[in-house]
Amino acid sequence: MASFSVNGEHREVDIQASHPLLWVLRERLGLTGTKFGCGIGQCGACTVLVDGAPTRSCQTPVGSVEGSEVTTIEGLAANGLTSVQSAWIEEQVPQCGYCQSGQIVSATALLNARPRPTDEEIDQFMAGNICRCGAYTAIRKAIHRAAELEEDRVSGDEV
Amino acid sequence: MTEPTKEVSPYDHQSLSRGAFIKISVVAGVGLTLGVSWRATQTPDLPFSDAAFVPNAYLRIDTDGSITILVDKAEMGQGVSTALPQMIAEELDVPWADVTFEFASAHDAYGMMVTGGSTAVMESWEPLRQAGATARWMLREAAAQRWGISSELLATRDARVCAPDGSELTYASLASEAAKLQAPNKVDVKKPSEFRLIGQSLPRLDVEAKSTGQAVFGIDAGPPDARVAVIARSPVFGGRLRSFDSSAALAIAGVDEVLEVQSGVAVVAKGYIEANAGRDALVLDWDEGDAALFSDEQLYEALRDGAQASGHTVRDDGQAAQILNESSNAISATFRFPYLAHATMEPMNCTAWVREGRCTVWAPTQFANGPAILGGGARQVAADAAGVSVEDTDLHVTFLGGGFGRRAERDFVQEAAELAGKINGPVKVVWSREDDMRHDFYRPASWHELRATLDADGRPEAWEHRMASQSILQRLVPGWIPRPAARFAGKHDPTSTEGASDQPYAIPHVLMTYKRVDLPIPVGFWRSVGHTHTGFVVESFIDELAHKSDHDPYEYRRALLRKHPRHLGVLEAVAEAADWNSRPPEGRGRGIAVVESFGSYVAQVAEVSVQNGVPRVHKVWCAIDCGTVLNPRIVQAQMESGIAYGITAALYGEINIRDGRAVQGNFTDYQMLRIGQMPEVEVLLVPSGDAPGGVGEPGTPPIAPAIANAIFTLTGQRIRTLPIRL
Repeated sequence: MASFSVNGEHREVDIQASHPLLWVLRERLGLTGTKFGCGIGQCGACTVLVDGAPTRSCQTPVGSVEGSEVTTIEGLAANGLTSVQSAWIEEQVPQCGYCQSGQIVSATALLNARPRPTDEEIDQFMAGNICRCGAYTAIRKAIHRAAELEEDRVSGDEV
Repeated sequence: MTEPTKEVSPYDHQSLSRGAFIKISVVAGVGLTLGVSWRATQTPDLPFSDAAFVPNAYLRIDTDGSITILVDKAEMGQGVSTALPQMIAEELDVPWADVTFEFASAHDAYGMMVTGGSTAVMESWEPLRQAGATARWMLREAAAQRWGISSELLATRDARVCAPDGSELTYASLASEAAKLQAPNKVDVKKPSEFRLIGQSLPRLDVEAKSTGQAVFGIDAGPPDARVAVIARSPVFGGRLRSFDSSAALAIAGVDEVLEVQSGVAVVAKGYIEANAGRDALVLDWDEGDAALFSDEQLYEALRDGAQASGHTVRDDGQAAQILNESSNAISATFRFPYLAHATMEPMNCTAWVREGRCTVWAPTQFANGPAILGGGARQVAADAAGVSVEDTDLHVTFLGGGFGRRAERDFVQEAAELAGKINGPVKVVWSREDDMRHDFYRPASWHELRATLDADGRPEAWEHRMASQSILQRLVPGWIPRPAARFAGKHDPTSTEGASDQPYAIPHVLMTYKRVDLPIPVGFWRSVGHTHTGFVVESFIDELAHKSDHDPYEYRRALLRKHPRHLGVLEAVAEAADWNSRPPEGRGRGIAVVESFGSYVAQVAEVSVQNGVPRVHKVWCAIDCGTVLNPRIVQAQMESGIAYGITAALYGEINIRDGRAVQGNFTDYQMLRIGQMPEVEVLLVPSGDAPGGVGEPGTPPIAPAIANAIFTLTGQRIRTLPIRL
């Protein structure tokens, strides 16, 4: 029995501890926004947050997230679109869109760690997320834009 | 050079559905184009809808004001689910914010539902604008009848019909009355000067769903309780199953069934991980067949021999062979290209369910529907595999997590439908990344031998191009292609020679030959098809001739393209943007290339450095003339995308064959361009105002030669084999 929290909700799944988190999310919990791309942690399509840290869920045994908080793409927008999602829409980032859940989750983690990342920091942090459509220029732009939106949002809250 | 266009009456072929009218044109060097004039407006048999007003298969307007546009092309990132609605919304005069779309399920009302060859916008340009304009005409007519005045006096805007006195009626309120009117045969569409939506960077209709995890791809589609199957396929191409032992697989918790299917042995399980574990536990005995003796050495030997043999003459202007044979200082070069996998981000998959004699399929497909003489679309293939009639087969098209030509194949649909016909309940066939990479229909490997002589001014006098490759069309064509094209297609494959046989440079004597070489590796359409290699060969060799004769490679091209204004337009635009005559920054070189493909003209300049033998592309300038620009931001995105796809192939792309198997299996050994390697890209739109050309593919061909030509300026080395290894 695996017991952990997904997008703020406590979940218990009757499954072996070695089962990859990706397939528990997709097949047992119906959260199909997180994608299968390579199965070996090389493409980043399966990226989720585990206690805030970007994690390749295809390489993560569900037993290792026991008691943790998992956030998927579906959980990011629980209270309306996040700054990253708004920036993604503003910059019209997605093409085929298959990698974008992973890109957005990775970008969210990046901005949590580095609220104002440089291009080099973006390139470094996002290197694990492949976009076969090559929407990288738009991804970079959207991350900078999300940083601005988040700053505005925070200063707005302070006022 | 153009073979006569042959129009095939549907009645020549029993298997072609009634009402279909296929026009097949084979044009040397341009490729095979299929246009089907078989449109919704001509058939009373529309897809089911309970909306109030369904003027044609593309549009539904309901009394609540909802406007739904049916998209009959595959959305694989290239933006059709925005571009196609944009055409209809323009003619219908509705606000963009009111428009929603759905993917059309496979239906004969849409004719051929194939998305490839960058044709979606080109093919839809007339019929979809006509569909929107017809609906607007009917709504206006309904308002005229209600008001009792002439429709000539009425205008339309923002989903309303407006009378001269200022009174207005919404489309929603007119929907039921409009539905009772007879649709006109043909109405006038807007003049370009009247466009309000076409030409605007309207926001994509799929972006919010794709930014929130809500977009449904094939792998997400179908009943949530569908079981998952993985299939063990022959590791050697063309191998056959002798026997298998499934006892260990069936002992694994969650594995339900193991059964033989056409493509191998299917393991049906509760989920993907269980199915994979079951597959790992199978004991399989394959008859590997002759292909097991086939590796890269045999491949390139066969291609080289093919190129040097006397091939089919594709083009012969003047006396190229004679001039070259008599010349003592001909310039020659040999080019070689490997197989390439498509590597869509979403691995192949398909879901199917057969119950009570009906087959339902959820498929991420580029070829949903088509007549049986073309091998059938996915719907026909599914029906045949499941053993039900096509009328009893419903095929729903999902978002595609990349297509690039791979999803025009129907192998993954066949598997799911066959399996669904054999077991109870819905089943989702999922391919691993390794399955996907090792069982692709690859971009064919090819071999090219070039020779040229120069005249006294250094311009090419004679040009000879001898090429060999497998034919993509050969698998698809025999049996249905009409004479005289059959005679032509057996020896020649225009999708292999496109871009070379019709290369535009003014050269008095040109000879091109093509030798089809049959090899045991499956080949297929790969983003920009023949242009992936012919663009490289022509643009590298012309560059070489320019340098050999001490000409600037840009000016040399310009001089030879005087009769090709659209080539010239993009070439001059890109040279100006890149400030071609300026010196590149220290340590960097610039290369240029121009390629016409799929009705569009693209010129690119790449700025490159080489450090420790590794090339790096820093900046790309890209000028495109795609006729009329429908949505500038989408065109720009497609240029960036095509460039990324082309850089990936130029720097990394290679599928090696060893003992009849594809060597590479995942992103560790088949590398993708990552964000840190993506150059800055500046896109210039140079619209000529002609009808729209394609944009999904034309960005890809020029980038590899532009990079190679830039490397030459840095290292003096000519790149004649891809991927680039310095």
